[in-house]
Amino acid sequence: MKAGRIPFAMLVIGLAFLYVPTIVVIVTSFNDSRLAGVWTGFSVRWYGELFSDRQFLGAAANSLIVAALSASLATGLGTCAGLVMARHGPFLGRTTFLGLLATPLVLPEVITGLSLLLLFVTAEQLFGWPSGRGIGTIVVAHATLAMSYVAYIVQARLQGMSRDCEEAAADLGAPPLKVFTAVTLPLIMPAIGAGWLLAFVLSLDDLVIASFTSGPQSTTLPMAIFSSVRLGISPKINALATLLVASSALCLGLAAWVQLRRGGKLVPG
Amino acid sequence: MSATTSPAIHRVTTGLPFLWLIVFAALPLVLIVKISLAQMHLGVPPYTPLLGLDDAGENLWRGTLANYRLVAGDSLYLDAYLNSLRIAAISTALALMIGFPMAYAIARAPLGWRTPLLFLVLLPFWTSFLIRVYAWIGLLRPTGLINSTLLWLGLVTEPLKLLNTEFAVFIGMVFCYLPYMLLPLYARLEKLDASLIEAAMDLGATPTLAFWRITVPLAVPGVIAGCLLVFVPAVGEFVIPELLGGADVLMIGKVLWNEFFTNRDWPVSAAVAMLVLLALVVPIATAQVLMARKAGEAS
Repeated sequence: MKAGRIPFAMLVIGLAFLYVPTIVVIVTSFNDSRLAGVWTGFSVRWYGELFSDRQFLGAAANSLIVAALSASLATGLGTCAGLVMARHGPFLGRTTFLGLLATPLVLPEVITGLSLLLLFVTAEQLFGWPSGRGIGTIVVAHATLAMSYVAYIVQARLQGMSRDCEEAAADLGAPPLKVFTAVTLPLIMPAIGAGWLLAFVLSLDDLVIASFTSGPQSTTLPMAIFSSVRLGISPKINALATLLVASSALCLGLAAWVQLRRGGKLVPG
Repeated sequence: MSATTSPAIHRVTTGLPFLWLIVFAALPLVLIVKISLAQMHLGVPPYTPLLGLDDAGENLWRGTLANYRLVAGDSLYLDAYLNSLRIAAISTALALMIGFPMAYAIARAPLGWRTPLLFLVLLPFWTSFLIRVYAWIGLLRPTGLINSTLLWLGLVTEPLKLLNTEFAVFIGMVFCYLPYMLLPLYARLEKLDASLIEAAMDLGATPTLAFWRITVPLAVPGVIAGCLLVFVPAVGEFVIPELLGGADVLMIGKVLWNEFFTNRDWPVSAAVAMLVLLALVVPIATAQVLMARKAGEAS
């Protein structure tokens, strides 16, 4: 059956709605004029100004460190949780486990941020750790948020694949650990990779949780963007936005290319 | 227990994430309850302890419901709370109205087109949330693209106030949360058996009737999931009302943020957080009951 004209028209309008604002930002970032409404000529001067702004560069470095560390931590924890959900039978506290795993997904960011801050402050009072807040506390907060996403991705992959290979390896005498490292792990590697990427992007993108859990020396890129955007439109932010869009397009393109080369699908479903 | 993993691996893979979740997901929520019963206090930490020693050295319960009384008594909090529910509900309805036809069109597109189209819809989700909201400031402000175009066309004589309105918040919400609505709807519509619709048409139903009587009821679980995925983050949203709504649009996420960062009143922020949690338990529980009933009907 073919789609009617109305849904198709809505799809086109909807896609335009999703893309036009970003395209406008990209175009204005090359405008020489400080006033976004007036086009005075093509220029890359705002990119030059952006790269000489130490504040933004430092925040970008912080963000990349936090994203890489928290994504790795989230991937480790989330892969374990995914294995638990897909492969482990019932155990005491399974319902609690599943409920806790879903909390970071349904909780508003302001509450996740506030609650983790209260935890860090209380822990510092009681145990002296963490002494002050900074990169470390943001990493822990982001890892907690992202591990749930990783867990669901890994679980979906495990449930979608047959156990034949693992059972064959076990029948041929491979000990459980060997089965896991030689058979299961390589099979779920694409899901683990996708989970890491998602965790990285989530961390790079987060403003609210980072604002609650960061310290004075650990401004992340979204925090720097936010405080600048609050003061209004700035040509430097346009340039930064263009670079961010370009880098995520590049990452996604790369991921899609790898996925397609392996003969996989781009999107589940 | 699965035949292919050993108990030792089992224990590590279960214990590690479980412990992490207890410490970093469950405990913080308990602390919110605790701090919401405390009072603001100048110092480190900026709230009073719940248990204190009195003159005789006896433990004294110092918890108070004062923050809850403040939040319930001051119309600012109640207004912000109701406003958040209303804005989130309208945004969810708008996202459904826009997302459903889009998901339907993708699900009914030729097979080879579906993946690229879905990819196109989900792509913006991978670019910075903050940047996507920021992009709308550029379009909506008085000297922005929309107003310049309207002025140039002569449709208006002076710029419309688009930014810092509720309208801008709706646009931002739909724009940012549309993928959450679309994905479960698509998953549901894509699996829908086309022969059911053919059968209905063979029996004399018009395409419109077949759509309302077959497609829509079968899509209900996707609708519930999509609405929940949009409504829940929309209620507590901070960035969109802050950047697009301006001072006029009051939402509970903004109130919590300001209590914390501007007034530095941690206990009141915690009480507000409890209020938001309450607002979310109801729709999630309702959706679960609806889903369970739907599953019961299906089996």
